[in-house]
Amino acid sequence: MSTLASHSKKSGLMDWLTTVDHKKIGILYLVAGGLFFIIGGIEAMFMRIQLFKPENDFVSADMFNQLLTMHGTTMIFFAAMPLIFAFMNAVVPLQIGARDVAFPFVNALGFWLFFFGGVMLNASWLLGGAPDAGWTGYAPLSTTSLGSGVDFYVLGLQISGAGTLIGGINFLVTIINMRAPGMSFMRMPLFTWTSFVTSGLILFAFPPLTIGLFMLMFERVFDANFFNPDNGGNILIWEHIFWIFGHPEVYILILPSFGAISEVVSTFSKKRLFGYSAMVFATVLIGFLGFMVWVHHMFTAGLGPIANSIFAVATMAIAVPTGVKIFNWLFTMWGGKIVFSTAMLWAVGFIPTFVMGGVTGVMLAIPSADYQFHDSYFVVAHFHYVIVGGVVLGLFAGLYYWYPRMFNRVLNETLGKIHFWTFFIGFHLTFFPQHFLGLMGMPRRVFTYLSGQDLDDLNLISTVGALLMAVGTIVLFINVIISTSKKYAPSEDPWNGRTLEWAIPFPTPEYNFAQTPLVRGLDPFWLEKMAGNKKMTPAEPVGDIHMPNGSILPLFMSIGLFVAAFGAIYKSILVGVIGLAITFLCMFLRSVIDDHGYHIHKKEVEEDMKEGRS
Amino acid sequence: MFAMLALLLMGCGDPTLSTLLPQGEVAKSQYSLMVLSLAIMIFVLLVVFIIYAIVLVRFRQKKGDDSIPEQVEGSHTLEILWTAIPIVLLIILAVPTVIHTFNVSAKEKAGKNELSIKVTGHQYWWQFEYPKDEIATAQELVLPVNTKVHVELTSADLIHSFWVPSLAGKTDTNPGDHNKNYMWLDTGSKTGVYKGKCAELCGASHALMDFKVKVVSKEDYEAWKTNFKSATAKSADQAQGQEVFKKNCLSCHAIGKEGGSTGPNLTGFGDKEKIAGILDHNKDNLKKWIRDPQKIKPGNNMPKLNLQDDDIEAVADYLLKMKLENK
Ligand code: HEC
Ligand SMILES: [Cu+2]
Repeated sequence: MSTLASHSKKSGLMDWLTTVDHKKIGILYLVAGGLFFIIGGIEAMFMRIQLFKPENDFVSADMFNQLLTMHGTTMIFFAAMPLIFAFMNAVVPLQIGARDVAFPFVNALGFWLFFFGGVMLNASWLLGGAPDAGWTGYAPLSTTSLGSGVDFYVLGLQISGAGTLIGGINFLVTIINMRAPGMSFMRMPLFTWTSFVTSGLILFAFPPLTIGLFMLMFERVFDANFFNPDNGGNILIWEHIFWIFGHPEVYILILPSFGAISEVVSTFSKKRLFGYSAMVFATVLIGFLGFMVWVHHMFTAGLGPIANSIFAVATMAIAVPTGVKIFNWLFTMWGGKIVFSTAMLWAVGFIPTFVMGGVTGVMLAIPSADYQFHDSYFVVAHFHYVIVGGVVLGLFAGLYYWYPRMFNRVLNETLGKIHFWTFFIGFHLTFFPQHFLGLMGMPRRVFTYLSGQDLDDLNLISTVGALLMAVGTIVLFINVIISTSKKYAPSEDPWNGRTLEWAIPFPTPEYNFAQTPLVRGLDPFWLEKMAGNKKMTPAEPVGDIHMPNGSILPLFMSIGLFVAAFGAIYKSILVGVIGLAITFLCMFLRSVIDDHGYHIHKKEVEEDMKEGRS
Repeated sequence: MFAMLALLLMGCGDPTLSTLLPQGEVAKSQYSLMVLSLAIMIFVLLVVFIIYAIVLVRFRQKKGDDSIPEQVEGSHTLEILWTAIPIVLLIILAVPTVIHTFNVSAKEKAGKNELSIKVTGHQYWWQFEYPKDEIATAQELVLPVNTKVHVELTSADLIHSFWVPSLAGKTDTNPGDHNKNYMWLDTGSKTGVYKGKCAELCGASHALMDFKVKVVSKEDYEAWKTNFKSATAKSADQAQGQEVFKKNCLSCHAIGKEGGSTGPNLTGFGDKEKIAGILDHNKDNLKKWIRDPQKIKPGNNMPKLNLQDDDIEAVADYLLKMKLENK
């Protein structure tokens, strides 16, 4: 069977459900990730309201544990991860001068798996209670937790984890194979570099999670004993497996943000990135060291002074490449002409905030002092400084920067600045006092605290800060809604961009580049502009462009696993079999139907070029 | 600068709970590392913030200036500088880090401790055993001043973490014999009551798994031990309470040598600081606890017993009169 000629434009909803276009998948990731970000944010607000005064009873103890688990799990796996994939999809193929990712079908499958994993997890709210064992799911708390909340956690993460893994592999292949002529590795923009390293980390970090989740599932569903000390199991196995995944995970999150910051800082300082090769080397080194430090999450688990010392020193070592990055950003700005656009404001806010998170990270690396810090609010403050102050501020910088490219609209700058200031001040107000709460003896993950322990004032301040962050987020959503009006169409090359994604007109043509561009150095578009060219020099003549067909199969494959997961939770073999049958049928169809895609003909492309559409 | 930092941090928090007001050798050594690392980190922050401020002030684009700045590639000297200096700073930090890590480790000090105790975490209460004296108590750990204490940590159910911020950082209590943990702490030179916490999420009432460490003079400690050992469940003037207790509570709670161990040992309950680790120690609260423990600590292992009001009254009186007395 061949479907070479079957190119029919699908419309509306069907288009979104079947798309394999990296640009649209990027938008799907952004919208879904944004949705989960709101859900996770609401959970955080409930927790801060509960904690604004001692012995409050806004939510019950049990509900609080569900909130803290869902907040962490949602924010890490279903907000931060998809938002990163959103930008990777929207930007990386354009930055390397490619027409799509290497495996467009797999790309769509990755999205739908992630999406149904997130729906699965959140369905637990309506089906008898959410997971309550923390996002870390430590055994035996997770293995003995009553109800099916933790089962939703296991299967939701399992499904979405598969999506993340294939997404990571896809980007590795894309970046290795699909760079335009002249784009050597050492000419790749930093966002592409960080996406590359992050994809590599995903490849090595997610399989341990998969295994751990299988063990957890077997323990809960089939009474296995991996973590049950009464029957020869060992609880530390889960802690190790989880953090062997979990620590690289934080670098998976932060590296693309570093990349976005590098692009924004360089563009709005009108300078090439200072110390580009040092930046690349630092990125790779951080990725590598990220796998050698997981025990710093387990200093108090009792592995002994030798293990603790080794992992302490390894952890401290990561501070060096991270510092290199900070100074290179500062010196990119040094001597530049800084334009304080909203995107740049986020980047400028990011630097000191992330540094503060970084230095508390070094403090936490000291085992003996960590015995005091560990599992206290000091740690809560630290990881919110690196994850919100690092990852989220970086993502916001990227959002304002790449929004025109993704949506063919710019965001309003004034609202953007209001968003920045409320969120930024709110953030520091929320989390700075938490350092002191921890030092003053407040453990984390507590649903309440007794009065008379000198913890009241700082908790109140923290809650006020959280409200301010919520206000900032609402402003962002107003801004997004307003941007849909025609008034906000971007001008050509709105930021005086340096990299290839700015070398094409708005909206981005379906095939990205009418002619694959020739890359003559780092910041190729900037080089051409400096040489007096308006456009990139093409590396090939105009010709037919081969495009992949859309497919509904990724959606149904994911629905199949989603259904099968319910079978596993409710122990219904029938439902499980039906679900898996759907998935396997889709895989079978995918294997036997030869889909050669379709061509956009030379004439069409030439017409687009004449009218300035490509 | 060190002294200033230390001063700044002092005065922060509840003196029986804050890590910033340490007592005894272990907490003090941990505090000293916190101050050292903070000082180095503040130096780093200062350097970054100063460059940052200069950049933001000096290099903003002026109105009407459309010139293109020089496209600098980088600088080897600078790269080497900001790689080497952090490495030196980290070495300055890493050396004491490793030394202290070994120092506070229980293995190194195993032979040198004057007292050994065993801590067991339960959902949501703490059991303290003195193996040499065959004493088992709960919720309040009584220790003599100026003593190095070797602590063995286990759990009866899932992972908890034993934390007395004023005296020592936390160590997890892992379930299972092959994951037993050990630590040591030094009680310091002052008597006092310090707050203890569970630091590992362990279920609904994790936040309420508080306990106390009572550091007393050596004489008081000896007296407490003798009295504890000779205490019994008998009470001449509280016959009804004793009867109620025997019928409803003894299966879980021990007084003296009699009774079960599902719940905390209640010997000397009348002298305690708190009820169930969190409530103020008075009769109203005690009655509230006995009437419905689930309402106070959701998910804990003491069931609601549906006792008559006068039985609750009697058993509360009986427990409050259970004081350790010098005989
Ligand atoms: C099924 C076992 C069980 C029975 C029966 C039981 N308790 Fe308890 N009790 C517990 C447990 C477990 C705790 C610890 C609760 C916690 O703090 O998590 C406890 C705690 C207490 C405490 C607080 C102890 C402290 O050190 O602060 C008191 C007082 C108490 N029980 C009194 C009683 C009385 C009186 C009765 C009988 C009327 C009784 N209990 C019956 C299991 C039991
Ligand atoms: Cu606990």
